[in-house]
Amino acid sequence: MAGTIRVRATTSGDTTEVQSLIRHPMDSGFVKDAKGELIPAHHIEVVQFEHGGKTVFTALWGPAVSKDPYLKFSFKGGKAGDDLKVSWVDNKGASDSLVAKIQ
Amino acid sequence: MTETSDALARRTILKGAIAGGLAGFGLGAFPFPAFADADAKEWPADAFKSKNEAETIKALYGKTAEASDKVSLDAPEIAENGAVVPVAVSSALPGVTGIALLVLENPNILAAAYKIPEGTQASVANRLKMAKTSKVVAIVESGGKLYSATKEVKVTVGGCGG
Repeated sequence: MAGTIRVRATTSGDTTEVQSLIRHPMDSGFVKDAKGELIPAHHIEVVQFEHGGKTVFTALWGPAVSKDPYLKFSFKGGKAGDDLKVSWVDNKGASDSLVAKIQ
Repeated sequence: MTETSDALARRTILKGAIAGGLAGFGLGAFPFPAFADADAKEWPADAFKSKNEAETIKALYGKTAEASDKVSLDAPEIAENGAVVPVAVSSALPGVTGIALLVLENPNILAAAYKIPEGTQASVANRLKMAKTSKVVAIVESGGKLYSATKEVKVTVGGCGG
């Protein structure tokens, strides 16, 4: 599952603000398809953000997080041009990762 | 008779070889992700299965939370679409290490939990699904203690059923 992550990280002062959008169905396991059969739960479990060899944020998600999840957080440090690595793994073992430049 | 069983045995061996070959191909086609650092082992399965507020908080943090005005929970009064409810949590408390969001009327009440390492601000925004009108609870872990804020969100169209 490549190309699922969009991330925008911008610094101002000593703080980097990160906004990310991941393309994922986030099926809750409670919704039925057109045939009336339950669509099994399929959701991201862990999202990790790394900067300078250090984890700066970890998200643990259940199926109640909306489809195509959006996330916003901020951390101290980070300069324009630095790498920010984003990776996720879901309950079926699928995963994706991306290295973005801080702006 | 012996010919038939020999043929059968040969077929079984062939089948086994094909299956083995396929399995080998499968491994080759999906190598271990070299840079997927997010580790599913971190996911607290028990907490996400819980149906009860106190149990969920206990499963996540092993203690109980007290209400605090230092936890700020930003969610709409009325959500027109329960499938996408914007919820943000922030806190002025020092040394925040975790934030969790619970939707009390959802089938499984824990929606999301966040680990906040030192240097990361105690602030997160995300979007949650809500089955129906419900209290949303934000839990903030600070200095080894838990603090919470609660807000009721009215949902006109649920986001969990179909």
